[in-house]
Amino acid sequence: MKLDELDRQIINATQAGLPLVPKPYEAIAELLNINAETVMQRLMLMQQQGVIRRIGVIPNHYRLGYRYNGMTVWNVVDERIDELGQQVGELEFVSHCYHRPRRLPEWSYNLFAMVHSKTETEVKSQIKQIEILLDDANLGNDVLYSTRILKKTGFRMSQ
Amino acid sequence: MDAIDKRIINQLQGGFPICESPYQLIASKLGLTETNLIERIKLLLESGLISRFAPLYHAEKMGGALTLAAIKAPEETFDTLAKIINSFPEVAHNYQRNHVLNMWFVIASDHPERVAKVIQAIEEQTGLVVYNMPKINEYFVGLKLEA
Repeated sequence: MKLDELDRQIINATQAGLPLVPKPYEAIAELLNINAETVMQRLMLMQQQGVIRRIGVIPNHYRLGYRYNGMTVWNVVDERIDELGQQVGELEFVSHCYHRPRRLPEWSYNLFAMVHSKTETEVKSQIKQIEILLDDANLGNDVLYSTRILKKTGFRMSQ
Repeated sequence: MDAIDKRIINQLQGGFPICESPYQLIASKLGLTETNLIERIKLLLESGLISRFAPLYHAEKMGGALTLAAIKAPEETFDTLAKIINSFPEVAHNYQRNHVLNMWFVIASDHPERVAKVIQAIEEQTGLVVYNMPKINEYFVGLKLEA
């Protein structure tokens, strides 16, 4: 979607956080010297076009008790990656699933699936389910748990 | 975090309406007052249970680009390297992970050419190889973590 200057101003005014006041869109409108209707229309259009994935909260996984945030990585035979990637993405506990390039010789994995669990038993069982699904198309796998959040600001548009 | 906070987090992961009084709308769904809902969101942000309450903008859909990259950071200089990498506004997330490739970060920009430039700058400033793994295909994105 092609954004104009006003879209960019609205993005800049909202990307760090929505105003915590009863009429948040009006507050943004006042800041930008436009009317609230325009702000809401622009936001709705951006949401329809996918520029806004959703408006909402980003929880801190750890603080909600999800201690096992694992990036499971798999070396899947190239011919079957799309078919199997689709199926892994459909598992209800997978939050992100991507085909990415291998970086040989150090990195031989091409399928990335993020899983989140409160217990080790649960995460192990999730990994096992992916393993069963991939079966003999899986040439090797690993799981990289996040041990520390170093930054979590999210994407920011350039000023 | 009490039962009401959990319901707020679960409700707001699903989306927030675009209308004149959106807090009022959500508050009535949850059986709260508007003021109470706003106060609780403030506290959830302050206490770090939620890291952000905002529209989630999609770099690619606005003509930008993003990638996932990793480095092998030596333990002695890990924190300094994290500081260098985090100083780029294009670095959206950065996590320490238990692997030889122990620092994993997302670089996102609405100017697609910036991604390669940031990688190059990180390599110059850290003296390390950046393993760049841009997605080839996206099969799924989206999960609600039940509070």
